Amino acid sequence: MATKRLVLNFPPHLIDQPVTYRLITQYQLKVNILRARITPREWGRLVVEVSGSRKNLDAALQFVAQLGVDTQPLAQDVQWHQERCIECTACTSICPTGALSVARPEMRVLFNHDKCIACELCVPTCAYGAVEITF
Amino acid sequence: MAKTIQEINEKIKKGQAVVCTAEEIIQVVKSKGLKKAAAEVDVVTTGTFAPMCSSGAYFNVGHSKPRIKLGGGEVTLNDIPVYTGFAAVDFFLGATALPDDDPRNRIHPGKFSYGGGHVIEELAAGKDVRLVAQAYGTDCYPRRKLETWIRLEDMNEAVLFNMRNAYQNYNVAVNLSDRVIYTYMGVLQPNMRNATYCSAGQLSPLLNDPLYLTVGVGTRIFLGGGTGYVVGSGTQHNPTVARTDRGVPRMGAGTLAVTGDLKNMHARWLRGASFAGYGTTLAVGIGLPIPVLNEEVLRYTAVTDADIVAQVVDYGEAYPNCIPGSLGEVTYAQLKSGSITINGKKVPTAGLSSYTRAGEIAVTLKNWIETGAFLLTQPVASLPSADSGMQFKPLTERPISNNSPASR
Repeated sequence: MATKRLVLNFPPHLIDQPVTYRLITQYQLKVNILRARITPREWGRLVVEVSGSRKNLDAALQFVAQLGVDTQPLAQDVQWHQERCIECTACTSICPTGALSVARPEMRVLFNHDKCIACELCVPTCAYGAVEITF
Repeated sequence: MAKTIQEINEKIKKGQAVVCTAEEIIQVVKSKGLKKAAAEVDVVTTGTFAPMCSSGAYFNVGHSKPRIKLGGGEVTLNDIPVYTGFAAVDFFLGATALPDDDPRNRIHPGKFSYGGGHVIEELAAGKDVRLVAQAYGTDCYPRRKLETWIRLEDMNEAVLFNMRNAYQNYNVAVNLSDRVIYTYMGVLQPNMRNATYCSAGQLSPLLNDPLYLTVGVGTRIFLGGGTGYVVGSGTQHNPTVARTDRGVPRMGAGTLAVTGDLKNMHARWLRGASFAGYGTTLAVGIGLPIPVLNEEVLRYTAVTDADIVAQVVDYGEAYPNCIPGSLGEVTYAQLKSGSITINGKKVPTAGLSSYTRAGEIAVTLKNWIETGAFLLTQPVASLPSADSGMQFKPLTERPISNNSPASR
């Protein structure tokens, strides 16, 4: 059982096609839509968490690539600039997944890429520009 | 067995001073007892690194050819206005200064991503900034316009001068209203869904010398990565607030005004900070060395996070409307645990002051003293303390009417 967090960019001509439906029915994937931006005649963007067997997951990714959907792992969109972080811990209480957390008692701030869902709640809390999400 | 600063300095010069950070001293006093520890330890170092709004720097940039009178004119550094009410090429840059009509700030809540504090950080990092000036032409200073790149090393003087830093304790901020609010204590979620605090707690300078027994006018400190000095008490210094029986104030109390040569400081310890929906400021690193003159002084430095309390204040309604009162008292140990309980409700907490960086400052100052690179100074005057009767007051508004003269 494999789980991936992905950002899927849909070209305009695919907007009205039920691609996610195919991922679920044809490839047996559990699909959790984290973010979606769909505007007519523009590129659409879905941030999803997909789980399924390794084989199905790979086949599904090939399928969407063939359709012309651009796929990126979510981790690439989220940047934590460690050199800008002063470890004040301001961002840690708002993070819903614990991607940003505090190591006690030292009060170090840790960022776990894999847990981040790019919800962006941390961005306005950081006064030092240490969290950057390019969405 | 009392010690003097002079005696301690003699030991420092010989590389024999025994120094502990304010964190280390807790265990030292616990295991050795106060008397033995006071005899052995010479200096306790403290530290803090957090936003400190009443900060800024003054500069003398040198004369152009022909001369220009920046004084009384309009000058910006990277589009941030500076205050020019001084001599021809002297001006002051404040940390919270913002660009006129910055488009990033126009739509609520506003980003406030760049301000005076960021310019100070960039200068400290050795970067070039754009100086743009318009001035009155006079006979002796005929030039009217100037646009030049300038950096710290080009200037004659560049002096950090912060009229209020190192706040001794502060509020814990919550939001009882039903909408998200943007404050200098961060983004506060409605219905008390989060709480923020800002203090280095047991590492904090003034919380380790709560009655200002050793710190005073002229005390040498770690400031912004270099050496600085305490000028006196800072603005809003309020030494007469309620204290615990260990002398630790239960709410924001004393403050320090500090100064130092910006050219010897480091951007790691002077960071521009941007508070969404509020404004910009400067995060400043300060470290205060406390000479262990006697057991009483040492006892205060052994303070722990569990001994320091703070008041929970509503920033949704009470704070903006100057309505006094506290929703409850919590310790810094509780705040740093990740959540506190207020009126039976569990509230997640987040800090604005970096405890790890405070520790780094305390360790750095310790190293400077141990290697003989930093001598302590004897203050020339003390700060007003708990017995001074000094109390910070609100503004009493006396509206100006068109018909009657000023009241006597």
